[in-house]
Amino acid sequence: MTPVTTPSPSRRAEGPSGTAEGPGPEEEQALQARFDAAVAAEERIEPRDWMPDAYRATLVRQIAQHAHSEIIGMQPEANWITRAPSLRRKAILMAKVQDEAGHGLYLYGAAETLGVSRQELLDKLHEGRQKYSSIFNYPTLTWADVGAIGWLVDGAAITNQVPLCRCSYGPYARAMVRICKEESFHQRQGYELLLALTRGTDAQRAMAQDAVDRWWWPSLMMFGPPDDESAHSARSMEWKIKRHSNDELRQRFVDICVPQAEALGLSLPDPDLRWNEERGHWDFGAIDWEEFRQVLKGNGPCNEQRLARRRAAHENGAWVREAAAAHAAKHAAGGPRRSATAPAARSRA
Amino acid sequence: MTATVPPRALATLPLGDDALVLSHRLGEWAGHAPVLEEEVALANIALDLLGQARAVYAELAEVLGSEDEIAFLREEREFRNCQLVEQPNGDFAHTIVRQLFFSSYQQPLHAHLAPSLPLAAKAVRETAYHRDHAEQWTLRLGDGTEESHARTQRAADALWRYTGELFQPIEGLDVPWEELEEEWSATVGDVFARAGLTVPTGPRRDAWSAGAGREGVHTEPFGRMLAEMQHLHRSHPGATW
Amino acid sequence: MSADWPLWEVFVRSRRGLSHTHAGSLHAPDARMALRNARDLFTRRSEGVSLWVVPSSAITASSPDEKDPFFEPAADKPYRHPTFYEVPEGVRNL
Repeated sequence: MTPVTTPSPSRRAEGPSGTAEGPGPEEEQALQARFDAAVAAEERIEPRDWMPDAYRATLVRQIAQHAHSEIIGMQPEANWITRAPSLRRKAILMAKVQDEAGHGLYLYGAAETLGVSRQELLDKLHEGRQKYSSIFNYPTLTWADVGAIGWLVDGAAITNQVPLCRCSYGPYARAMVRICKEESFHQRQGYELLLALTRGTDAQRAMAQDAVDRWWWPSLMMFGPPDDESAHSARSMEWKIKRHSNDELRQRFVDICVPQAEALGLSLPDPDLRWNEERGHWDFGAIDWEEFRQVLKGNGPCNEQRLARRRAAHENGAWVREAAAAHAAKHAAGGPRRSATAPAARSRA
Repeated sequence: MTATVPPRALATLPLGDDALVLSHRLGEWAGHAPVLEEEVALANIALDLLGQARAVYAELAEVLGSEDEIAFLREEREFRNCQLVEQPNGDFAHTIVRQLFFSSYQQPLHAHLAPSLPLAAKAVRETAYHRDHAEQWTLRLGDGTEESHARTQRAADALWRYTGELFQPIEGLDVPWEELEEEWSATVGDVFARAGLTVPTGPRRDAWSAGAGREGVHTEPFGRMLAEMQHLHRSHPGATW
Repeated sequence: MSADWPLWEVFVRSRRGLSHTHAGSLHAPDARMALRNARDLFTRRSEGVSLWVVPSSAITASSPDEKDPFFEPAADKPYRHPTFYEVPEGVRNL
């Protein structure tokens, strides 16, 4: 991390709030009260506001994990860019994978307002000290997997993310607004891709069913452990980082997917799936949480491969990043090479 | 499929094939770029190029069939792209020099064609941006660290032999080819000078070094590239995607 | 040598007639590349017609601790706002 040369806007000219030289106990109580009131009143917390250390740590962990998921999530889909079966699909897929890099950037940017650098977060990812969504540790075996990821994985992600647009932390909420707006095409393209397959040849239909069979359960796991086992849920809800419980969101997702699967003419691989008139929801079978834990622990089919590839990209790029930094340092002496914004900027916005 | 068509009707096909093949190569960078910002930049260029290819193919539909037939069902010997664009990505310096060599050609080529060819008029704005991307990176890599300089010079030397082919006239395209080559040499020479790189002097015109991609003779890596690109489409004849 | 690129803040003018608005941040080795990266990242869907990039380190911000003395005096001057004034019903163009 290089806090001196690349300070985040939140930390410029000031130490982090609530550190060694932070406020005394009484003052801290007052700050805490002000923070609580702001959260309760649905005001946004902004980078330079005082915030409890645990709130900051929770946000860093969650935003980093989210950012890591975006960039690791590029891999399973990029796996099919070079084999996309039509030029239209090739363009869509490239644009989608590119969006994921962009979303990673928005999120790392949001995390950086909390006083951590992107480099620090990437190091933690590369060393396996921070997680990414375990869904990306499953392989994309056929073209239909691209569709299943769009429909189910992005669908689950959107169900999770839409409430985050109202998250109490301003920069995270703003990043999510941008991301949700851009992602609306991701889910649709996946559904449309599957639709084309189900309306196609027998082989294409079989491919689509096989992909949905493999991605359905891992998608349900994306909402995280059941509410009574979720370590961080309650406090995140209190802080309005999170707005709905894992189980609530999972149920919402299942209810949305069942009719969509029907419209595709595909079945969902759950014999216990049935409409519950009383609850007004779809009942579904038990999730294999042991599988979830195993994948989370690093034993999924692609954990090693995904991380190795990420590390390789980073390491192979080191000389490029160094070269550009060296070039900038050489040319910094004479001031900026060319100010692209100078006239407008000088005359004030 | 191209064998029976008179060459003039296919004058723009090399433009489309250049764009498709280079787009595919840039697409191979997804997830491998040296920094996240560059993932976005390379994908932007790849998408521009793919759009250009599709625009060319759309206009050839009457002669050659749908864009997917053109892209996925032609044999290697029917592709008219230059050999430069089919060269494997190599390291980032290799990709950037390939971009510089190609965009310094494509940009003025489209500018010459723009008045008579609407699809070139649209592409000329995009390719100016691609050229700037390649130029900015060439300057930083050439005049960055010792390592980046060495890698970039190596890439330039290796790719030089594929640049002579760019200026072989394409039948049916009204372009002042000699002038185009002068423009290209001036651009590349200027960027190289500012980047502290040496313009290679190796052969690029001799019978044994000149590329013949425009006649459908390609380099070995191209066959493997096409095998990967076409395999799924060809595995399901007649299917809709 | 360090390969860490500095952080830049990006401001986008979404269309003529509007001012530049903060869109987010990114890393770049220098101003020129920051501008390019900003174009690629923040205007992929034609969101802008003009961009500014500013090194994050060049921004001086008001401190939240100064919140009250900085901003509260403005709160007791309601006469600066048009809603402060009563206008008889039916009077237009005021």
